[in-house]
Amino acid sequence: MRTFGYAPADDVASAVSLLATAPGGTYLAGGTNLVDLMKLGVATPDVLVDINRLPLHEVTRLPGGGLRIGAGVRNSELAAHPEVRRSYPVLSQALLAGASGQLRNMATTGGNLLQRTRCRYFMDATKPCNKRAPGSGCPARTGDHRNLAVLGASEHCVATHPSDMAVALAALGATVRVAGPDGERDIPVTELHRLPGDTPQVDTVLRHGELITSVDLPELEVARVSAYRKARDRASYAFAVGSVAAAVHAEDGVVHDVRLAFGAVAHRPWRAYAAEQALLGRPATRDSFLAAADAELAAAEPLRDNAFKVTLIRNLVAATLARLTGAGR
Amino acid sequence: MDLVVNGVEHALDLDPRTTLLDALREHLHLTGAKKGCDHGQCGACTVLLDGRRVNSCLILAISQQGVPVTTVEGLGTEREPHPVQQGFLDHDGFQCGYCTPGQICSAVGMLDEVARGWPSAVTRDGDDGPLDDAEIRERMSGNLCRCGAYANIVPAIAQAAGR
Repeated sequence: MRTFGYAPADDVASAVSLLATAPGGTYLAGGTNLVDLMKLGVATPDVLVDINRLPLHEVTRLPGGGLRIGAGVRNSELAAHPEVRRSYPVLSQALLAGASGQLRNMATTGGNLLQRTRCRYFMDATKPCNKRAPGSGCPARTGDHRNLAVLGASEHCVATHPSDMAVALAALGATVRVAGPDGERDIPVTELHRLPGDTPQVDTVLRHGELITSVDLPELEVARVSAYRKARDRASYAFAVGSVAAAVHAEDGVVHDVRLAFGAVAHRPWRAYAAEQALLGRPATRDSFLAAADAELAAAEPLRDNAFKVTLIRNLVAATLARLTGAGR
Repeated sequence: MDLVVNGVEHALDLDPRTTLLDALREHLHLTGAKKGCDHGQCGACTVLLDGRRVNSCLILAISQQGVPVTTVEGLGTEREPHPVQQGFLDHDGFQCGYCTPGQICSAVGMLDEVARGWPSAVTRDGDDGPLDDAEIRERMSGNLCRCGAYANIVPAIAQAAGR
């Protein structure tokens, strides 16, 4: 591990100004991904601004409805929060589907969003990787890409974003609040992560020094009937090979409102707008659900070994929506 | 830096790169917590940080100054083992023993999470019954045992849970 300066911050303003003057530095939150990447030589910050003492550990109600989740709220506490479990079950389920009890106790809301891909070429500093070493190439396209992207990838990068939580937040239409050297701004969570294009080294639209301070959930009636369904290679404690976050409101057998997002298929949590459009006003039947999934997945460009993900997501969409609506075959 | 481990304060002069696990093992000579994968994938390094179970291999010691750390050495004694330790003894919850301190610290933290009413991925709404085997297995999935002693670890934890 490369050595680094350690600078604990007590408030948002001092954290932002500390990092603004350290171009090679980064924020340290739970550290469950960052410290690992530093050990691997993948992340080499020269300064760590420790933000764990910042007063960002509360979940509060927003005046106009909805919840404000402090960026420092631990994944375990957020998953257990009574209001989250009641009003946004998809978020609690997504958090509990991720990592382990130990990791969820450290991992934070902001850090979870900013975790890096688990593509094995990215994680191995001895291999070429356009995300880690721009211009060095992408061995994944012809190598091990079974768990990499089928949507929105580029010839330069086929990495996936590994978060479960972010998939639920994308479905819920959450807003990320950011403080930075130039002030504060709000970013829809669906626009926080970029597609790789020809600059896969840039994961998000955040500028250097910008700090996520909270994630705001809108009041969302449809979210009360919502679920997260995750497929993985073992029963627990593994990253998704495909996942679906869904919320749906059906009445008299017709879909009146629906939110869908897919995980482990793209460089960002994939909000499935085309599938949602295809479902609105349609009968709440398995056939409609499959047709909606197909509308979204028509854009899929699978590689040699990951075409199964297209079928997997299709089936997860149908199964999750069928369960939520009580629709039969 | 100042670390508080098992109720004792220690003033240490450490490289900022030192993980909590290395501080415990190499500098305080508390070798209960084990270095398995060193990447947060096996759970052998599990300790309690302010009462919560965490992977000490992924935590920088410098970031936890003054925060109470409990290792397996701080849980019980030979004469009076912690109920989770007693469960592992009664049910032979180990073979080689390498993962055991992490399993025990994890189980202690996990039972506290259950007492707080925290759900797991297999918890159903309104499910307040006793901690069944499926719950124990899911909640303990961050602790791997390469000997495969799970068949005895589950009843050991069930006993400590009062089942």
